[in-house]
Amino acid sequence: MKIGVLALHGAVIEHIQTLRSIGVEPVAVRLPEDLEGLSGLILPGGESTTMRKLVARWNLREPIMALARSGAPILGTCAGMIVVAKEIAGGEEPVFPLLDVTVERNAFGRQLDSFETDLVVPVLGDRPVHAIFIRAPIIERVGPGVEVLARLPDQRVVAVRQRNVIAISFHPELAGETRIHRLVATMAAEYAEPHEGAVVATGTVPWSLGEAM
Amino acid sequence: MTAETSTWATKKGLAQMLKGGVIMDVVTPEHAKIAEDAGACAVMALERVPSDIRAAGGVARMSDPLMIEGIMAAVSIPVMAKARIGHFVEAQVLEALGVDYIDESEVLTPADEVNHIDKHLFKVPFVCGCRNLGEALRRINEGAAMIRTKGEAGTGDIVEAVRHIRTLLAEIRRLQSMREDELFVAAKEMDAPYDLVKQVAAEGKLPVVNFVAGGIAIPADAALAMQLGAEGVFVGSGIFKSENPARTAEAIVQATLHFDNPKIIAEVSKGLGSPMRGIAAVTIPEAERLAVRGW
Repeated sequence: MKIGVLALHGAVIEHIQTLRSIGVEPVAVRLPEDLEGLSGLILPGGESTTMRKLVARWNLREPIMALARSGAPILGTCAGMIVVAKEIAGGEEPVFPLLDVTVERNAFGRQLDSFETDLVVPVLGDRPVHAIFIRAPIIERVGPGVEVLARLPDQRVVAVRQRNVIAISFHPELAGETRIHRLVATMAAEYAEPHEGAVVATGTVPWSLGEAM
Repeated sequence: MTAETSTWATKKGLAQMLKGGVIMDVVTPEHAKIAEDAGACAVMALERVPSDIRAAGGVARMSDPLMIEGIMAAVSIPVMAKARIGHFVEAQVLEALGVDYIDESEVLTPADEVNHIDKHLFKVPFVCGCRNLGEALRRINEGAAMIRTKGEAGTGDIVEAVRHIRTLLAEIRRLQSMREDELFVAAKEMDAPYDLVKQVAAEGKLPVVNFVAGGIAIPADAALAMQLGAEGVFVGSGIFKSENPARTAEAIVQATLHFDNPKIIAEVSKGLGSPMRGIAAVTIPEAERLAVRGW
């Protein structure tokens, strides 16, 4: 089972190393053909403006949308959260409109407002996640069918999931945190199962047909 | 745990988010917009691009705060700005403006010929230049959260950039080959803190992100820097001194991304017009070299 990391720029190697550390084979994705045979994809932190341009330039939008629609798990961290949102506050066009939320870019301010803290993310267990926020976005509006995974003490939403798409404002890959990657790997394994072997039951699209979690 | 701002992880982390990208020198908001549209991952605000600083002579200082604010308002990507080496008040001003990163830069005229800025005192992160591993580790010891090899700014000649990244990475490989009891003398010889030397020997890399700067003028230059081991590139005069800045900027971004794919580098390099004319670094007298500033 292979999980891709969109490698247009940003914190790519950190996700690749985290995947390796949990025994998953990572693939750096820079061109559409790199997506072949993947069971999941991570959209890393970086600059969403830059990623948006590079996604368009290298024709990655449609194949990544298709992978997501087929039910493969997609994890977006920081800039990755921005690019999977259906709506971006301020009216920018969405990049991969997968997640029914409105996201606000640089929601805490500039670099001087970047911070780290401990956060409880119930779906990952009782031990808090050490969360590093760098020029981070937040989720301003949560659509129906979107599960909130974590909030800051002031109730602002910083992690969500809608079926196979997970988006978080912070950077587990900078903090040696592997539980989010393990969750994605579990989802990817479930996705990969019916896709492996020559015969696939018609219409079997795990996750995307599942109930909103 | 309460939230803590401006930690080492957030300072160093922003540079990690810029990896694989191109940081472009800009002197106006219009330049900044062109850079952002071309796919720059950050811009560097300065008074004049290095080749103009070189041509004009005189004293080069930080940019007008009004211009920096204009640049910050014009783009959504991070904005860096240059302060003179040792000029901690310029750095305080840049921090007060809220820039995302400060470059304590040899491209500007040094304000202190002995001391660099104590970068630990600042909440805003710093990037500093180096020509070798000792210089990089001295800057990191002073609080730099990102390093760039210096090259020779404003020349459009890649030769010094190649020298500096090769030197830096060769010195790291040399440390890795040493016995632990040899690292004490290695630290002494390169005039670098022992703890950082030991860490680099163990990890085989700098503890912060390292970009290449100084002399990148065409897409193949950027890809050369990346193949030699850069984690991203700074481009100064190479963009706005070329015949077609927007196209050159975009092509350098694509070549940095696809640095190991010669077909793509060939494709994006077609018909860009004249690159910056440049000046061969070898013809520059020692006293006019920027890279030797900083110690």
